[in-house]
Amino acid sequence: MSRTSPTPKARRPDDLMGLTPEEYDRAIAILGREPTLTELGIFSVMWSEHCSYKSSKKWLKQLPTKAPWVICGPGENAGVIDIGDGLAAVFKMESHNHPSFIEPYQGAATGVGGILRDVFTMGARPIANMNALRFGDPSHPKTRHLVAGVVAGIGGYGNCVGVPTVGGETNFDPSYNGNCLVNAMTVGIAPADRIFYSAAAGPGNPVVYVGAKTGRDGIHGATMASAEFDEKSEEKRPTVQVGDPFTEKLLIEACLELMATDAIVAIQDMGAAGLTSSSVEMAGKGGLGIELDLDRVPTREAGMTAYEIMLSESQERMLMILKPGREDVAARIFAKYELDCAVIGKVTTTGRLVVKKNGKVEADMPVGPMVTQSPEYDRPWVRTPARPVLEADAVPAHDPGQALKTLMASPDLCSRRWIWEQYDYLVRGHTVQRPGGDAAVVRVPGTHKGLAITTDCTPRYCYADPETGGAQAVAETWRNLTAVGARPLAITDNMNFGNPERPEIMGQFVGCIEGMRKACLALDYPVVSGNVSLYNETQGQAILPTPTIGGVGVVDDVTKTMGLAFQRPGDTIILIGETRGWLGQSLYFRELCRDHAVAREVWAPPPVDLAAERRNGDLVRALIGAGMVSACHDLSDGGLLVGLAEMALAGGFGFAIDIADAVPLHAFLFGEDQGRYVVTSADADTVLDRARAAGVPATVLGRTTAEPRLTLNGAVLISVEELRAAHESWLPAFMAAP
Amino acid sequence: MKSAVILFPGSNREPDVVDAIERSTGRKPAIVWHRETELPDVDLIVLPGGFSYGDYLRTGAIAARSPIMNEIRRRAERGTPVIGICNGFQILCEAGLLPGVLLPNASLKFICKDVYLRVETSQSLFTNRYATGQVIRVPVAHHDGNYFADDATLDRMEQRGQIAFRYCDPDGNVTPEANCNGSARNIAGVFNETKNVLGLMPHPEDATDPVLGSVDGRPLFDALAEAMA
Repeated sequence: MSRTSPTPKARRPDDLMGLTPEEYDRAIAILGREPTLTELGIFSVMWSEHCSYKSSKKWLKQLPTKAPWVICGPGENAGVIDIGDGLAAVFKMESHNHPSFIEPYQGAATGVGGILRDVFTMGARPIANMNALRFGDPSHPKTRHLVAGVVAGIGGYGNCVGVPTVGGETNFDPSYNGNCLVNAMTVGIAPADRIFYSAAAGPGNPVVYVGAKTGRDGIHGATMASAEFDEKSEEKRPTVQVGDPFTEKLLIEACLELMATDAIVAIQDMGAAGLTSSSVEMAGKGGLGIELDLDRVPTREAGMTAYEIMLSESQERMLMILKPGREDVAARIFAKYELDCAVIGKVTTTGRLVVKKNGKVEADMPVGPMVTQSPEYDRPWVRTPARPVLEADAVPAHDPGQALKTLMASPDLCSRRWIWEQYDYLVRGHTVQRPGGDAAVVRVPGTHKGLAITTDCTPRYCYADPETGGAQAVAETWRNLTAVGARPLAITDNMNFGNPERPEIMGQFVGCIEGMRKACLALDYPVVSGNVSLYNETQGQAILPTPTIGGVGVVDDVTKTMGLAFQRPGDTIILIGETRGWLGQSLYFRELCRDHAVAREVWAPPPVDLAAERRNGDLVRALIGAGMVSACHDLSDGGLLVGLAEMALAGGFGFAIDIADAVPLHAFLFGEDQGRYVVTSADADTVLDRARAAGVPATVLGRTTAEPRLTLNGAVLISVEELRAAHESWLPAFMAAP
Repeated sequence: MKSAVILFPGSNREPDVVDAIERSTGRKPAIVWHRETELPDVDLIVLPGGFSYGDYLRTGAIAARSPIMNEIRRRAERGTPVIGICNGFQILCEAGLLPGVLLPNASLKFICKDVYLRVETSQSLFTNRYATGQVIRVPVAHHDGNYFADDATLDRMEQRGQIAFRYCDPDGNVTPEANCNGSARNIAGVFNETKNVLGLMPHPEDATDPVLGSVDGRPLFDALAEAMA
């Protein structure tokens, strides 16, 4: 076989392709010799942080992943849950942070393409996309360019493939100046008994390559995504893949058509680390070997080496293992869609990945040890120090109307219409709750059910107290699903952090996981899939810890989906949950107290009482189910007055509330206490009775009004129209600025 | 009523229009792949929305040369109703079955939102369930919906009653602000001269079910169902 010239261990190659010297030695031990260039490349990507989860694995194992409705938890391409009627929801969220920062349009577009493939690989028809985006300070010179490129890329890909982008979230914070976050989520529907998995089976079975041709793009993308950025990160642009949503659309249709036959034994998309990870994962999971003849791989250009073909991250490609003799079935379907389809190898009993090119063996490596002996680190970590509690009295009290207007026009609370109008959120004709609500709701085709979907995380809480922040992120998704009347079922997580080799960053990770674990257990809300993105750090500046959670729930009767818009004048406005007026880490604190002494400290975020969260949410869901509620909104960023204002804007009605409470007024109005909802009802007495019986605090605040004005204790704060203008104008104005 | 929905590589809004037709007629349309050269015996031909051939080259330009288009042209000439929605409209223009062309939106951005349309004439088999001047609310979702034809062509079309829909405000005023994509004379949909071919950028098929927010597109499909019954 061909080899690089043997070198003693003391003279390791200069470029270990991102492996540490110890990892390189481990590779030698597994092989029993020096790796070839191709083998070194394969080790490098398979053992990259991105593919191996070597820093996070130990902690991810602590997350609850089981429930009676979980069909498939973490470890496959996506998580699968039973939603009844013989159907399953298949979903996952995945990051494309590093590529999106280098090349925002293609980085974001291929992020969408990759997560779509993860879902339809499992046999599901994608029915909804979501995205969670974090950008740097709006005043940073790169921010506008990144927002424009990322949004256009997400739209450009999702719109073309014809999967509605139904919602998401966007935040701004200076910590993302050097590392934006693009977390994309796809939800699909499959027959519960027709889920496709990736484990290879049947020695001798053909290994079939389908989709787009392989080119020299994205080589070593997974390695790039596993390192910090420095001043030379712009040079990494060639590691970013280029997406072709048209090919993806054809690939979806062709794969689903083939899946309707009985030809497929196993299937895996070629995502990060391309042909390498797909073949290693399929062989590894099946405990078998795979032999590949790279001369049969469809390539975009002649003269590609084994190294380039194995490491290319060209998009819109899948690897399948077919039953013997079914190659023609696949060939016919892929020819209809004018896509490549080639038998490039076979399943073997050797347990080895053997890669040939031009008749020469370019790689011959044992799959089992490569997977089971992959590095796993118990990285040193330190607990994030506890922060002091910020007393409301220490925070300046601003005029409520002015404060509300400022908050509603701030980057994190202003309308995202400029973004979502660039996404086709309606295609396929099942979007019940459009962007802008607490959770999106998409009807499950052929049923009266809906899937409710949301993504949430409050990084400023996670930074101040990772455990509370991790719990809050999970709880907020649960609350958002509840607010539209859904039964929350499971989550996917996308863990975005800085450099795990720094103990304080690792401490953030450990803390967030612990909070998430507690929330998942308390809410019967397991993790079924996820993704970890580390090294989101530039020149020593890490992002805020951002464990983005994607939650999925079921609305049993989609016509009963609850919205946040006030429905009519005269409804009673009721606050559900307890308000202590928690201003630490609140948006009021951040946006309105910048020049005040308290702004120099990091304060404890609002505590998350998971028992109360559950009690309150279960009550609200029951009230919605019983038809006692006309509108419902969860309270989160900005607190009570912001939540009420959003309900007024959505419905075009005003409100008049009276608040005479012991808590200082500004803390009551803008505190971000958790586990709370606002509901409106024409039958307040029944709502209050039910709340009392459930042991849930419920307070009548006032009424909705025909006059489009916001009135507090008899004084008009602001008109709906003035508020709307402020709320709608920030983002378009920001994006239009020269 | 028997209908056929044509599928091009990259069509993606066919489920929406299939559902809309089924809601109005109780029958599912036949799905016909673009490589076919013949059509079944149908009363209505639908070119759905999407991104045929990825919008590469020019929207609708490649699909307009698909094998099935010759048969569609023959049927249209014989009077079979043809409706092209969004990408279907772009294909019909590129195929010469409708006058004009669709340019990129004036904003150069994809735009997805509800818009108001003024029904310009009830004198067609597509619009006879609406009143002339009626305002309807339906969504748009496109990047290239900016209708263009030269003034002489537009004048001729206006004289012949070939304008089907215009973008307007909620009160029916045809204003520049209501023109979501920069279309000439706010035009959202047009007929051919014999008014058996309709192309429009908005999506009436996505406004046929109360749970989706509007049923203002329903009369269009009801009218077709009645005419073909």
